[in-house]
Amino acid sequence: MAYTTENNQSGVMTKAIKEGIFAGVIALGMFLLFVGIETYQDINNQLVWRTRWGLLGVFVAVAAIGRFVTVGFIKPHLDSRKLAKAKTGVLEISDEKGFFRTHFLKIALIFLLCYPFLAMLIFGRQGSLKYVDNFGIQILIYVMLAWGLNIVVGLAGLLDLGYVAFYAVGAYSYALLSAHFGFSFWLLLPMAGILAALWGIILGFPVLRLRGDYLAIVTLAFGEIIRLVLINWTDVTRGTFGISGIEKATFFGIWSFDVGAANNFNKAWGLPSSSVYYKMFLFYIILALCMLTAYVTIRLRRMPIGRAWEALREDEIACRSLGINTVTTKLTAFATGAMFGGFAGSFFAARQGFVSPESFVFLESAVILAIVVLGGMGSLTGIAIAAVVMVGGTELLREMEFLKHVFGPDFTPELYRMLLFGLAMVIVMLFKPRGFVGTREPTAFLKERKAVSGSFTKEGHG
Amino acid sequence: MAGETLLKVQGVETYYGNIRALSGVDVEVHKGEIVSLIGANGAGKSTLMMTICGSPQARTGQVIFDGEDITKLPTHLIARRRIAQSPEGRRIFPRMTVLENLQMGANLDNLKYFKEDVEKVFVMFPRLKERQSQRGGTLSGGEQQMLSIGRALMSRPKLLLLDEPSLGLAPLIVKGIFEAIKKLNKEEGLTVFLVEQNAFAALKLSDRAYVMVNGRVTMSGSGKELLANPEVRAAYLEGGRH
Repeated sequence: MAYTTENNQSGVMTKAIKEGIFAGVIALGMFLLFVGIETYQDINNQLVWRTRWGLLGVFVAVAAIGRFVTVGFIKPHLDSRKLAKAKTGVLEISDEKGFFRTHFLKIALIFLLCYPFLAMLIFGRQGSLKYVDNFGIQILIYVMLAWGLNIVVGLAGLLDLGYVAFYAVGAYSYALLSAHFGFSFWLLLPMAGILAALWGIILGFPVLRLRGDYLAIVTLAFGEIIRLVLINWTDVTRGTFGISGIEKATFFGIWSFDVGAANNFNKAWGLPSSSVYYKMFLFYIILALCMLTAYVTIRLRRMPIGRAWEALREDEIACRSLGINTVTTKLTAFATGAMFGGFAGSFFAARQGFVSPESFVFLESAVILAIVVLGGMGSLTGIAIAAVVMVGGTELLREMEFLKHVFGPDFTPELYRMLLFGLAMVIVMLFKPRGFVGTREPTAFLKERKAVSGSFTKEGHG
Repeated sequence: MAGETLLKVQGVETYYGNIRALSGVDVEVHKGEIVSLIGANGAGKSTLMMTICGSPQARTGQVIFDGEDITKLPTHLIARRRIAQSPEGRRIFPRMTVLENLQMGANLDNLKYFKEDVEKVFVMFPRLKERQSQRGGTLSGGEQQMLSIGRALMSRPKLLLLDEPSLGLAPLIVKGIFEAIKKLNKEEGLTVFLVEQNAFAALKLSDRAYVMVNGRVTMSGSGKELLANPEVRAAYLEGGRH
């Protein structure tokens, strides 16, 4: 017995070394031209090239060592754990969860409510700006967008690649209407939502008969159309210059955050003048908007329309044979999802003070969709976690100055954002094919609530 | 048994593009009957079933349900006239639980009779009760068929359409399902229109039956008559399952 395990182990090691070398060779082949050679313009504006063997070496080493460790140590470890579990006969899901997991949502909410003050306590007034704005607000905007898209993609199963269009509609609605008519943020926020919902219906009508890949292509085109209109309709949108000087949100019309205004919030409360109070206020607005999105989603799921969305995702023909009007069901899904996109858009415009078509490129749609898929379609908690990891992660990259010491002064970590994004997606999909939270809370109960584990569902194997 | 007519299909012709799938089909179902439609693969049985449900719609002819012409109604409105369907291939919602599947069936009345009707379905198919919080997609074929029929029954239908309920199921399970249908018909007076390839089982169960060949109804009669008919025996029963 001992002999075989030892034999096995040396076998695993040989295999790991082999696979590690193999991965290194492949990485060398792949990155030789992309990373190993760099083109740039010299002083005479000529295109010349230089080599970056060091960086290439790092890439190859990461691939080779990563593969070696995965095959040699991580995989045997995971396998033995699985085996041990199978032997004891304990299912992977157990009803007992720790204190942290049962109260996760409450803890998260309390943390979020205290977050701006905590940041201020720890990093000081100006230091907290980064944490409230770049991390807090930025992440929450994506949480809200992803939760909005989740209604369309996660619940109703309509693959929408042009979601950013509604974000743009919301942002430009606020920017234009506030500039031309001087309406306030609090009036324009619902209006932007309604306008976006209208656009959702306009998009919905022509694509009613489409599903899956065809729907994805048309929605993708729709997103591009909106962006191109924004670029080319220069009379109204000022094209690529964008619209600047967008009015800030006010404290419900009572106090203003404009420095020159008579009813300035900071002056009224005797606070030192700093933009951090405005950012904190914005943080709470977007937090409230997120909570609204979550609340509406949870409520709708228990109502006939929400159930119809989920059934629509599963089987459209069966839906019709059960008397569900699939036309209105699809349109309401598009409209509801678009509305939250519109809310987020108008908030975005108020926060930035500047909108341009560049903020609404296809990549944004892709990132939002990636967050929904990574989080686990339909799961609000999972999507929020995915947004924190993905958006927070890319923001963190900006902070990684120390990497310059490793890779040289020319190294800008932000440029590798998409590479890491892709890597993270592949890893998550390998280990958690249904996303971070793959379980789905059922909406029908007779007596007791029972979470249905993802372990019972088919995923190709099992 | 000759109650009043519930469903009347009159001279219906249905096309897929330019290809005619049904030519001048006349079928009648009376209240309280079990009527079956038998025929070979590709005879147009399922097409007739789908035409009754309005997808595809009949190009000529009429479908009259409970005195109302439903030929040109969209599918969901036909379903709201209380024609429930257990479609071919069962079409349950795989990622929703058994209970949620049943809930979707009760949507027409906004869940007014949900609890009451669920209990009825669970009495009829105890297996579904055991599996109520399991996902639909993880059920066995027979259980999925039970769920499909149960879901159809949740809408308190006047007419139940069953498309190939025996498809791909073990004979013992088919027997159980057919017994359940028979019981529903006897005890609740439910009208059932059934499409089947398993001619023997279907004819034994039915009050009346139609035989379909190449998009036409070629024969009709009581279940017993057709079972004894030499042509039917030769075409659908001999060498088949008994």
